[in-house]
Amino acid sequence: MLKSKHIALFISLTFIMFVLFLLDIGLGQVSIPLKEVFKSLTGQEASKETWQYIILNFRLPKAITAILVGMGLSISGLLMQTMFRNPLAGPYVLGLSSGSSLGVAFVILGASLLPSILGSLIASSYGIIIASCLGSFMVLSAVLIVSQRLRNTMSILIVGMMFGSFTSAFVGVLTYFSTAEQLQKFTFWSLGNLGNLSWSSILILAISVFIGLFLSLMSIKSLDALLLGENYAKSLGLNFKKARLTIIFATSILAGSITAFAGPIAFIGLAVPHISKLVFQTSSHRVLFWGTLLFGAIIMLICDIVSQVPGTSIILPINAITSIIGAPVVIWLLVGKRKMMT
Amino acid sequence: MENKIILKAENISIGYSHKKKQKVVAENISISLEKGKLISLIGANGIGKSTLLKTITGIQKSISGDVILNDKKTTDYTSLQLAQQLSLVLTESLPPSNLTVFELVALGRQPYTNWIGTLTDEDILKINEAIELTQITHLSNKKHFEISDGQLQKVLIARALAQDTPLIILDEPTTHLDLLHKVSLFKLLKKLTHETQKCILFSTHDIDLAIQLSDEMIVMTPENTVQDTPCNLIEKGTFGALFNDENIQFDIEKAKFLFKNL
Repeated sequence: MLKSKHIALFISLTFIMFVLFLLDIGLGQVSIPLKEVFKSLTGQEASKETWQYIILNFRLPKAITAILVGMGLSISGLLMQTMFRNPLAGPYVLGLSSGSSLGVAFVILGASLLPSILGSLIASSYGIIIASCLGSFMVLSAVLIVSQRLRNTMSILIVGMMFGSFTSAFVGVLTYFSTAEQLQKFTFWSLGNLGNLSWSSILILAISVFIGLFLSLMSIKSLDALLLGENYAKSLGLNFKKARLTIIFATSILAGSITAFAGPIAFIGLAVPHISKLVFQTSSHRVLFWGTLLFGAIIMLICDIVSQVPGTSIILPINAITSIIGAPVVIWLLVGKRKMMT
Repeated sequence: MENKIILKAENISIGYSHKKKQKVVAENISISLEKGKLISLIGANGIGKSTLLKTITGIQKSISGDVILNDKKTTDYTSLQLAQQLSLVLTESLPPSNLTVFELVALGRQPYTNWIGTLTDEDILKINEAIELTQITHLSNKKHFEISDGQLQKVLIARALAQDTPLIILDEPTTHLDLLHKVSLFKLLKKLTHETQKCILFSTHDIDLAIQLSDEMIVMTPENTVQDTPCNLIEKGTFGALFNDENIQFDIEKAKFLFKNL
């Protein structure tokens, strides 16, 4: 049920998101006044041509990427937390990002092993996105199969971590056989980066994220039923296998496509659903879906603003910022909210 | 005359089939569940009570024989149709969540709601009805982890009521409760069967209480499975065969189990 309190929250969060979106575009190495940001976004000429260039070719794509990444990762975290009945589940913790890394490593580092035409075809952005989605899909399926045998919350996480180590070991082996240039490309990718995306890449990312979000939206009712556990959900007429497959597809597409373009970004998928659960004080996925979506965008925009350290020429890796925000949330969850954990 | 039988099973064998091997747990089971009756299922641990409940509810297939639910085999129902015929209260604990009591009961309406689970006025009416019948109105805004085991059990029963099915099946609903709450839960079940004309089947180990409150009992012993009224079962001496131990004997006159050599 939508309560008036929730609607008020949705409106204010949307407003905050919009303000942060403008701020994210305005702040950075070169500060651009909000009025000018507004001007160039609405198609008018900004006072300086360089500002317009910076905004349209650098800051706007980055801000849009931040919103897509924040929304997509947070929703995939929400789906996983309900599906695994585990508040600590998330695309990073359960090794989905590592799976994507492996897929991307195969493409970036392994392309040289193939004939050059085939190699360059695979190393295109489509190749990377498909490899990344496949990687996360494989890890998620593997974790899911193992978790069927393990009822214990903690062991599922440990399994996820093991798959993570396994895939990174494999990546390590691949790096041994690759050239310095490929290695550099892969290292930069793995640090996480919201910028440097061309408009065409953003279009592909946006389409993938929207497909993932659409599948998640279709799963809202099944997710609510799953709050009672698998057996109750089945007794409520839920087609469990179909519902689970939809959820797995949604999470793999979201985590996979985002990781392909922005690199493995830590903790957003884990922390944001909890923030929205805490603020909205509900488990109803109809509310949480929109709440998580908005909070995901907001927090990712904040991380991006912080990472470009306004007024300086320093740009910190986005992964460092998300971890600084996310890791304490996990510790706080373990210590303070033990009641929700068991 | 209106057909009062909701569920019927004749000479079914239950058990597990793993690949080509079959493990039969119990055979020759015949039961019939009628409208407006409170029926208890008793038997020693490991005798196959859970397997029987799983078979009746269609979670598991019978090894031979069919379970007929409202003139149709349970295996021929889709999961959604089955959800409109029978509802469950299970022993398993709920996963962590922020669900309130009202939201939990409302989930019982899922078989009737649209793709995103919107509650119609009729749904809300049914939910409130279920909450009132189980007398948990004062709890409806509390989180499900804030209430006691006894209260949670009532909430889960309310959820099953909201599902609006002719048959409700409960797996050991009294397990974690003290005597006071056991009695009040049994009374609630009895009241519900008589007021709503539903059939309620539950498994239990509280045989003394079950004898006093059930309309009918299904007793599973190593030899056979019998369904009858408690009085007839006492006269037939069925309870004496329940436990294969000479230290536990059933006293027919007192309708109680007595323990020897303590």
